[in-house]
Amino acid sequence: MKILVIAEHNNNALKSDTYKTVSAASQIGSDIHLLVAGYNCETVIDEATKITEVATVLKADEACYEYQLAENIADLVFNLGAKYTHILAPATTTGKNFMPRVAALLDVAQISDITEIINGNVFKRPIYAGNAIATVESEDPIKVITVRSSAFDVASRDGNAATVQLELICDSQSSSFVNEELTKSERPELPAADIVVSGGRGMQNGDNFKLLESLADKLGAAVGASRAAVDAGFVPNDMQVGQTGKIVAPNLYIAVGISGAIQHLAGMKDSKTIVAINKDEDAPIFQVADYGLVADLFDAVPELESKL
Amino acid sequence: MKVIVPVKRVIDYNVKARIKKDQSGIDLSNVKMSMNPFCEIAVEEAVRLKESGIASEVLVVSIGDKSCQEQIRTALALGADRGIQIETDNDLDSLQIAKILKVIVDEEKPKLVILGKQAIDSDNNQTGQMLGALTKMPQGTFASNVDANENQVLVTREIDGGLQTVSLTLPAIITTDLRLNEPRYAKLPDIMKAKRKPITVRNAEELGIDLSSKVKTILVEEPPTREGGVKVEDIEMLIQKLREEAKVI
Ligand SMILES: Cc1cc2nc3c(=O)[nH]c(=O)nc-3n(C[C@H](O)[C@H](O)[C@H](O)COP(=O)(O)OP(=O)(O)OC[C@H]3O[C@@H](n4cnc5c(N)ncnc54)[C@H](O)[C@@H]3O)c2cc1C
Ligand SMILES: Nc1ncnc2c1ncn2[C@@H]1O[C@H](COP(=O)(O)O)[C@@H](O)[C@H]1O
Repeated sequence: MKILVIAEHNNNALKSDTYKTVSAASQIGSDIHLLVAGYNCETVIDEATKITEVATVLKADEACYEYQLAENIADLVFNLGAKYTHILAPATTTGKNFMPRVAALLDVAQISDITEIINGNVFKRPIYAGNAIATVESEDPIKVITVRSSAFDVASRDGNAATVQLELICDSQSSSFVNEELTKSERPELPAADIVVSGGRGMQNGDNFKLLESLADKLGAAVGASRAAVDAGFVPNDMQVGQTGKIVAPNLYIAVGISGAIQHLAGMKDSKTIVAINKDEDAPIFQVADYGLVADLFDAVPELESKL
Repeated sequence: MKVIVPVKRVIDYNVKARIKKDQSGIDLSNVKMSMNPFCEIAVEEAVRLKESGIASEVLVVSIGDKSCQEQIRTALALGADRGIQIETDNDLDSLQIAKILKVIVDEEKPKLVILGKQAIDSDNNQTGQMLGALTKMPQGTFASNVDANENQVLVTREIDGGLQTVSLTLPAIITTDLRLNEPRYAKLPDIMKAKRKPITVRNAEELGIDLSSKVKTILVEEPPTREGGVKVEDIEMLIQKLREEAKVI
């Protein structure tokens, strides 16, 4: 088994998803290479060499990799890919963007969003918005896999991996970066947070999310949202939790004014403890909540914050 | 310019999937089927491009058994011009779907292919990107805004950290996210008109592609069920439970 993991980072630091993907990889085998493709990403390389399970860090530090454009990253990974039995990336929007291109270039299938590794050929993954778990077996010579980070632990950091510099420039002329609007927040990132407080349509407007933000700050929590809250423009898209948003599995998930549609549950039902605050006692969210409070959120949330 | 929209027939998003007794897959008998919601958004976007004079023709393609003609008809009623059904009874994975679509793309030479970002049955999120690699086209995935002219397209993408905009030279691939548009409902006269729009049927076997899959589903099972918990009376009780029982705060 020779395993290539593609690191997720922002040219500055590794994302927690990388640590979790490495820990998934270590369940398959021990010869793990970690590719860091980026630009001016020296600090990321340093950090990467310290991950215990990583044997070698492959460094591709070029302008063309700065924004993780799928065309460029996929070509780079394809160039390296034939040497490996497994190629893994986190199932983030970055991984989901370039990995299927890698698979197609290598003429193999991709196995998306794995949550369990049975052995090097057999994996479990949720389908139908998590309403079923499929066990799949791949006979492809190279397994191209995206990993659902919430299902794996964080790899430890007392390693000292070697670094290999790559001299590969893959620069597609047909695609270029224009700009990005990244949400700035002092709070923890959704996938990495121990506690998540999420709001839905019941919040009524974006201003009312301040109630959740101050509760979150008291708890050291991240703030999430339902699709309805994002569609209505209360909060930005990167806060959406669910089948087609982010998947989270924190120790504590507090759903406020969220009804509990299957698509939302798909993103949070593996949380350790779920609290629901909803004024409708029949809301489906109560069927998955460990603790349900039937109350008006505009009374309950400030009271919860003040009594913590 | 010509725009191709691949659409998939899937279980309706309001229906909860039932697992077959023998755990070989999902029981789709007597289940309401619909167009994948992300494909509806793709059709809507293509039709809007036509209405604004940028696209000249919208071609929908669906791969599956005869029943997927229903979803092609729906797309035609929403404003697409013609359809192709690629007949197959096989359960194909995204790589084979992408290879079939490549054959159509090579023949039809569209400037844009707009796909859903994800089929809500397999939850794969692969086909558009794979088609991009096979046809050497650039891609703008998870689009929440599309701004196209004759030679290039600006695609705003929903990414984990916020939004990213990329510029692609045509021909290019776009995959849709939820907030790209709100699909219209088909009006009765359009549904009647759609009945006269052409659908070509072709057999997947005749396209010269290896349709065998290297990935086999060996078991489909229920996810671990969550025990429904308790209702708490008030905030004090909630805090006490979280501290002493769940020990999470
Ligand atoms: C293809 C597809 C993908 C989707 N992906 C996602 C996804 O990733 N994530 C997601 O979340 N959804 C997703 N959805 C949407 C999903 O089906 C639901 O529409 C959505 O989750 C509903 O959001 P909500 O619970 O906030 O709103 P609603 O269902 O409207 O619920 C609002 C709740 O707030 C409660 N409420 C109102 N006022 C108060 C108050 N004052 N105090 C207390 N409670 C109050 C109400 O009782 C109600 O239960 C998707 C849908 C489709 C078709
Ligand atoms: N059988 C199919 N026929 C036509 N288009 C498909 C088919 N399967 C997938 N697609 C397209 O690919 C998108 C993503 O699907 P997937 O990669 O399977 O999640 C869908 O939204 C469709 O646009």
